[in-house]
Amino acid sequence: MAAPPRPDSIALLDRLMAALVARGIVTEAEVAERQANTDKASPETGARMVARAWTDPAYRALLLSDGRAAAEEMGVSMAGAPPLGVLENAPGRHHLVVCTLCSCYPRAVLGYPPNWYKSFAYRSRAVREPRQVLAEWGLNLPDTVEVRVVDSTADYRWMVLPMRPAGTEGWDATRLAALVTRDALVGVAVPVAA
Amino acid sequence: MPDDTPIPAIHDIGGAARFHCTPVEHDEVPPDAFGKKVDALRQILAQKKLMTVDELRRGIESIPESEYFALGYYERWLRSIALLMVEKGQVEEGDLR
Repeated sequence: MAAPPRPDSIALLDRLMAALVARGIVTEAEVAERQANTDKASPETGARMVARAWTDPAYRALLLSDGRAAAEEMGVSMAGAPPLGVLENAPGRHHLVVCTLCSCYPRAVLGYPPNWYKSFAYRSRAVREPRQVLAEWGLNLPDTVEVRVVDSTADYRWMVLPMRPAGTEGWDATRLAALVTRDALVGVAVPVAA
Repeated sequence: MPDDTPIPAIHDIGGAARFHCTPVEHDEVPPDAFGKKVDALRQILAQKKLMTVDELRRGIESIPESEYFALGYYERWLRSIALLMVEKGQVEEGDLR
């Protein structure tokens, strides 16, 4: 598990904030407000995008051609965010997203990246032995399924459009969205009908 | 034949052998108050055009190896942000000691 920040790091943040506040560059209230806004982003947005793509062919086409526009259509502001690419899983093809260099992640539609996504083990292993990593997490893909690993970068972010699970015929988008976990949007899991 | 393969930079760990036997822990703990504050501060400084993502990365990627792997994620961000604010003259080094 991630260790708590060291006392010298906490002291450094306090001193940096105090200096920035003293110089009129930021205020504590500004930082608190920004934090509250950031806290609101969650993978439920990505899940709603996927569920709509499963039920609305025109939206699916938009999602696959311009993820940013598709996110904006769901009411998410993508101002200042890099482009969002969407990777379509298919019966013979599975996608897995990683940021080997650090932690690039489509935060506007998925929220904060989880600690494991930022871990040294995931960053190094996802590109070298993706099937092994997935198997350790309980997703055993047959050899007939091609696994494509895609590196998210500072300039281009990715999320996965998983396959709609069998047994969900006739479900509406709200019910479908509840099946789409954050892990499925990163590609470390696939949705299943409960 | 000399091996002229460049040594990867510290952050360039895709495929790095040193983590091959390390399981990916299911760590779902959300960022703590320290991390969220650093994160929010970075966004505000970027919005005010006082730093860019590329500058943040340069600051993180220049952390010496021993510290890079010992520091937490948002601790690395904070080091970089502090370095950038000093470099840009927004704060003074003495403010941070």
